[in-house]
Amino acid sequence: MSLLFTNARLIDPEADTDGLGWLLVEKGRVSGTGTGTPPPKGKTIDCAGRCLAPGIVDIGVKVSEPGERHKESFRSAGQAAAAGGVTTMVTRPDTLPAIDNPETLEFVTRRAREVSPVRVLPMSALTKGRQGREMVEIGFMLDAGAAAFTDCDNVITDNRVASRCFTYARGLGALVIGHVQDPCLSRGAVATSGRFASLLGLPSVSPMAERIGLDRDLALVEMTGVRYHADQITTARALPRLERAKAAGLDVSAGIGIHHLTLNELDVGDYRTFFKLKPPLRSEGDRMAMAEAVATGLIDVISSMHTPQDEESKRLPFEEAASGAVALETLLPAALRLYHAGTLSLPQLFRAMSLNPARRLGLETGRLSVGAPADLVLFDPDAPFVLDRFKLRSKSKNTPFDGARMQGKVLGTWVGGKPVFGERKRK
Amino acid sequence: MTFRQKHLLGISGLHPDEIRTILDLADAHADRNRAGTPHEQVLAGLTQVNMFFENSTRTQASFEIAGKRLGANVMNMAMQASSIKKGETLIDTALTLNAMRPDLLVVRHPHSGAVRLLAEKVNCAVLNAGDGRHEHPTQALLDALTIRREKGRLHRLTIAICGDIAHSRVARSNIHLLGKMGNRIRLIGPPTLIPPGAAEWGVEVFDDMAEGLKGADVVMMLRLQKERMDGAFIPSEREYYHRFGLDAEKLAHAKPDAIVMHPGPMNRGVEIDGTLADDINRSVIQEQVEMGVAVRMAAMELLARNRADAPPEVWA
Repeated sequence: MSLLFTNARLIDPEADTDGLGWLLVEKGRVSGTGTGTPPPKGKTIDCAGRCLAPGIVDIGVKVSEPGERHKESFRSAGQAAAAGGVTTMVTRPDTLPAIDNPETLEFVTRRAREVSPVRVLPMSALTKGRQGREMVEIGFMLDAGAAAFTDCDNVITDNRVASRCFTYARGLGALVIGHVQDPCLSRGAVATSGRFASLLGLPSVSPMAERIGLDRDLALVEMTGVRYHADQITTARALPRLERAKAAGLDVSAGIGIHHLTLNELDVGDYRTFFKLKPPLRSEGDRMAMAEAVATGLIDVISSMHTPQDEESKRLPFEEAASGAVALETLLPAALRLYHAGTLSLPQLFRAMSLNPARRLGLETGRLSVGAPADLVLFDPDAPFVLDRFKLRSKSKNTPFDGARMQGKVLGTWVGGKPVFGERKRK
Repeated sequence: MTFRQKHLLGISGLHPDEIRTILDLADAHADRNRAGTPHEQVLAGLTQVNMFFENSTRTQASFEIAGKRLGANVMNMAMQASSIKKGETLIDTALTLNAMRPDLLVVRHPHSGAVRLLAEKVNCAVLNAGDGRHEHPTQALLDALTIRREKGRLHRLTIAICGDIAHSRVARSNIHLLGKMGNRIRLIGPPTLIPPGAAEWGVEVFDDMAEGLKGADVVMMLRLQKERMDGAFIPSEREYYHRFGLDAEKLAHAKPDAIVMHPGPMNRGVEIDGTLADDINRSVIQEQVEMGVAVRMAAMELLARNRADAPPEVWA
């Protein structure tokens, strides 16, 4: 039971290389790679010079199960992920009800196992009901398989509660993920303050809210020693703080959603609610600073921040409309915009989308090295297409890229050496 | 005729020639209103619906009178008391109303951008009567007409807009309009009531009345929008009046012939001194109300001409 990829442009984020070669998969794991003549083994896939990279590990996917299955289910999300080259979805606990007890986590794990073609690692809430008052049973949740702990966009405002949660989590070695937007400044805001939001007359929040939120969390990390990941750093002002914390040796990492790397506040245009995100889209200066921070590695992780919303919750005046966008299928082509613009190399992109998130969660995936699970994505980085949102596999179609010209098509996705997506072009 | 719009959603999308077209027509209507001469019934047989999702007495009455003077059948819908309370969405309300085939829809809504959203879903002409903090185009047009009639021109004037800029759609529409026509605009107010990024709008920003009013031709006061404030923006009304309320002493910094404007309703003793507001030599507040009807007549007439089923224009 072996599978040989030949003529592949191997994107190896660990070795930081991008070159032609072959890759052999045996028993669901990578058993060899190299250049030159491949060993004559089993089934062969001729990649014809297309890119073969480690599958994407996407931290922060919202699957609306339990509670809002009409927006997204594990089946539809899993299919979207497979089609987008995402081989591991790390799912959010901001469901209805929140995933805050082992029984709910067990339900989610079972649903995922039954219907999702890709791996699913559920995250747990940090406090019960994401209310910021009592911590969840962190130990039991870890035993039940929680990948990390987060209250998502509900920030724990009580520092005493937050410090106890962090301290308790530290004791168990759990990873805590924080949303670093100061909740008081952010209240009611739907845009980033500045010339543009003011002209549109939208309630806005200063980009400084992010730095304030990050500063607080970093102080709590310094105080408690917890392993910490900031879900989305989106403003240039927050970067020096992050850099200093890393230099001081705190166990800190940071992520960013793909939309904040590829869009800016002006894209909202005439109140287009598909561009309403949390945190709101930032200035072009911030977007460029973030892309640079991903290139240097200061920002570790790129996520889809996949957030399904039905048509009804988006067909409202901007202030009333729901936030978030679906992105499992558009993550890779959107990220490739940064590659085509010359901002990031392919190994740098996959370091942020596959290797770093896997490392942060202690997974073996996210790399092409011998022995790693064969979670792979084969794609053509140049293939052009115009996105039609109604062709997305997600149940919800709320993408800001509707009608956008994009480049980059996934040709095949494998999880543990098994194909989960692709046109079977095999010899 | 240079007015090609299907809707009047804001000033930002208008060309200066389109603004002039509205003002010229409104000017004629204003004269006829004043003389008591009957108007041509250009809106006869058309249905005008006023949908106000936010309380309004003055603007709604002004639109109603404007429509009736031109012969429209006017209906007022108090949206706060209706189906919105039953959970119907804005778009469903729009579609329901659209099926009744109105010709002109006048809409006010508390959220920025809501009127545009509604306009995308209906076939008739939509007039924005104020959306959130975004735009209030007919107010800016009536202000412009008042200034033009008082000052004899609408360019190369120094215009000071004072007070609660942050929550004001009137200010935004006026900044667009007066800027397009080539005036010098100053914004005066405490920093908490100046929206972020305002300095990049091509205006000058002041937080001192004496300095900001120096040499102004027009002083436009704004109402302190207490109902839109969700927290402390100013310490007290009396401190606000002391620093930013317009009285004769502060007005002395402006040009001797400077006019005083206010979109109403006024908070006397908060943003403006009552005696000054009533001074017919300086205050044009009553004339603004008068011009409001004329401007709304002109806007509705022009939109009615542009509607899809209007008889084709005959070029002589």
